Amino acid sequence: MAAIRIRDVVKNYGKLEVVHGINLDIAHNEFVVLVGPSGCGKSTTLRMIAGLEDITGGEIFIGDRVVNDLPPRKRDISMVFQNYALYPHMTVRENLGFGLKIAKLAKPVIEERVNEAAAILGIDELMERTPAELSGGQRQRVAMGRAIVRHPQVFLFDEPLSNLDAKLRVQMRTEIKRLHQTVRTTIVYVTHDQVEAMTLADRIVVMKDGYIEQVGSPLEVFEHPVNTFVATFIGSPPMNMIAGRIVKKDGHFHIAFQADQTVPVAADLARTVTEGQEVIFGFRADDLMPDEHAMPIPGASSRLRLKVDIAEPLGTETILFCNFAGKDIQAKMLNPRPVPPGEVMDFSLAIDKAHLFDAASGHNLRN
Amino acid sequence: MDRVLKKRIGKIVTWFLTFVLMLIISVPGLWVVLTAFRPNREVLAKPAIWIPQDPGWTNFAKIFGFGAEQIAIPVPAYFANSLIIASTSTVIALLIGMSGGYAFARYRFKFKNKIFLGLMLSRTVPGIALSLPIFIIWSRLGLIDAKLGLIIVYVALNVPFTIWLIDGFFRQIPKEMSEAAQVDGCTRWQAFWHIEFPLAKSGIASAGIFAFLTSWNEYALASNLTRSTDSKTLPVGLMDFTAQFTIDWAGMSAMAVIIIIPALILTFLVQKHLIAGLTFGGVKG
Ligand SMILES: Nc1ncnc2c1ncn2[C@@H]1O[C@H](COP(=O)(O)OP(=O)(O)O)[C@@H](O)[C@H]1O
Ligand SMILES: [Mg+2]
Repeated sequence: MAAIRIRDVVKNYGKLEVVHGINLDIAHNEFVVLVGPSGCGKSTTLRMIAGLEDITGGEIFIGDRVVNDLPPRKRDISMVFQNYALYPHMTVRENLGFGLKIAKLAKPVIEERVNEAAAILGIDELMERTPAELSGGQRQRVAMGRAIVRHPQVFLFDEPLSNLDAKLRVQMRTEIKRLHQTVRTTIVYVTHDQVEAMTLADRIVVMKDGYIEQVGSPLEVFEHPVNTFVATFIGSPPMNMIAGRIVKKDGHFHIAFQADQTVPVAADLARTVTEGQEVIFGFRADDLMPDEHAMPIPGASSRLRLKVDIAEPLGTETILFCNFAGKDIQAKMLNPRPVPPGEVMDFSLAIDKAHLFDAASGHNLRN
Repeated sequence: MDRVLKKRIGKIVTWFLTFVLMLIISVPGLWVVLTAFRPNREVLAKPAIWIPQDPGWTNFAKIFGFGAEQIAIPVPAYFANSLIIASTSTVIALLIGMSGGYAFARYRFKFKNKIFLGLMLSRTVPGIALSLPIFIIWSRLGLIDAKLGLIIVYVALNVPFTIWLIDGFFRQIPKEMSEAAQVDGCTRWQAFWHIEFPLAKSGIASAGIFAFLTSWNEYALASNLTRSTDSKTLPVGLMDFTAQFTIDWAGMSAMAVIIIIPALILTFLVQKHLIAGLTFGGVKG
């Protein structure tokens, strides 16, 4: 069993604290993705799990063992690095077999395991080449092969796809997911790309500035972001965010934006807001739909008439850039037709799916 | 058409200038080799004889004590001294350079940059300026006219450079290589020998050549610190060819050739490493 427990883990580089006492439980065979902007401490956290970085405070368990003072080789893990870190002076076969050779396994066993890994990753043809003779995607595969031959309890990935071009990235993403389904192991995967996180993870851990902001399944994090940071970080296009103030109109709470535009507060939030409160109103492009969709909107909705500045057709959908209350926002049109710039369209905004955040703290008022 | 012609002319001019430059650089060396194969009277002749009239191996035979004429200069002893001193000091300088270079490339420690700068600054002091203090200390320690004395001096002379060069090579090797090896089951030490050392080999080899050549060719300090066949090296031995009133240019040149040849052989043996560079296919291209 290889569950990972992270307890109050702190990391200092000299006097600078970069990870501030994080807690996380990763279940056996779970695929967990640490996601966050560059510099938020994802790699540092991963490297502490790997044993490549000293743990300044707190404890990390792999299985039942506290691994704080164990060197990487005793943690029964393997890691795929961003730059792959293949051994340039060895062939692919030697790269794959290196760890087994160091572990002094018998030659036939090494042979068998290496071939097994090669078959899983489809690199049989490349075995006698050196890393210099491989393409980016092939190197990526070899790096993953090197990770799986040792049958470790935990796989660690640090931005393994960020050096690949967009097309290959999507392809390898699927392959990593398939790999997880083939060799069921606990995986901790680091990326700054929220799409990767959404598509791969059983559970997403959103990090910022050395803190964990939110932990949850991709859908939870997408639909119930705990604060403005998670709301804007997860999802593409990013959530529309507009600052406003709560006012009372006809006995109901509304959010008033500049230029006297207002939107009603969702019914379930009426109890949490107070008059005069500064808030940030957030909604996804998917929840602002042109009326010509003629699709039913669940729950309450609010009508808006907006002028389209730019239309970006994406094939099955078109992103419409409009201006609302002095802010650029995006809406999504699902039945694409050419939209000339300047066209005025009627939209419905799904009020019940929109979010309200406290302007001061950034917290989602729904939680 | 015009452009092609221009390019061509440019190329020819470049090659011509390169040729002239190389000629100027090589002339002294070629002259030494030429002189080594002619008798001294031809060397001293006036007007000068440009083309050797009577080339032969006599000078070399003399030096090594074959044939009728002999000179009383113990070249084989000098050669042995040079070899022992240069190789021992090179090996030691390399060991220190590898440890130091690795430490500077991989570890963080206090005063790292200052120590590094200090090492480099130590090379700005001309060796000859150190000869008197070294002489005084060495004479107290009884290291004058001892191979060990020279070996220590040459190690000190070479270590800053080897550290600097080897540090550069280790720096080029991404630290993830060693980390990957450690995750793969290696101790740090194993990771070094299996991964980082093989990758830095060419750098270490180049550092070795430079260290060897420095020690092999060094004259100024050696001439101060050596006295006899116990420790005199080949470059110092060259001066044996100068008597009070005469200089045996031919003999001296022959010996110079003897000094040059091992250095040349060594350089050729290792040049593959010098130019091979490192192929870092292991990380993203
Ligand atoms: N070796 C180091 N020395 C000092 N600071 C470091 C070191 N490594 C990382 N940091 C700092 O720690 C923070 C987190 O880094 P990192 O974990 O690499 O971020 P991420 O992987 O999320 O982009 C950053 O602010 C970075 O500058
Ligand atoms: Mg990182």
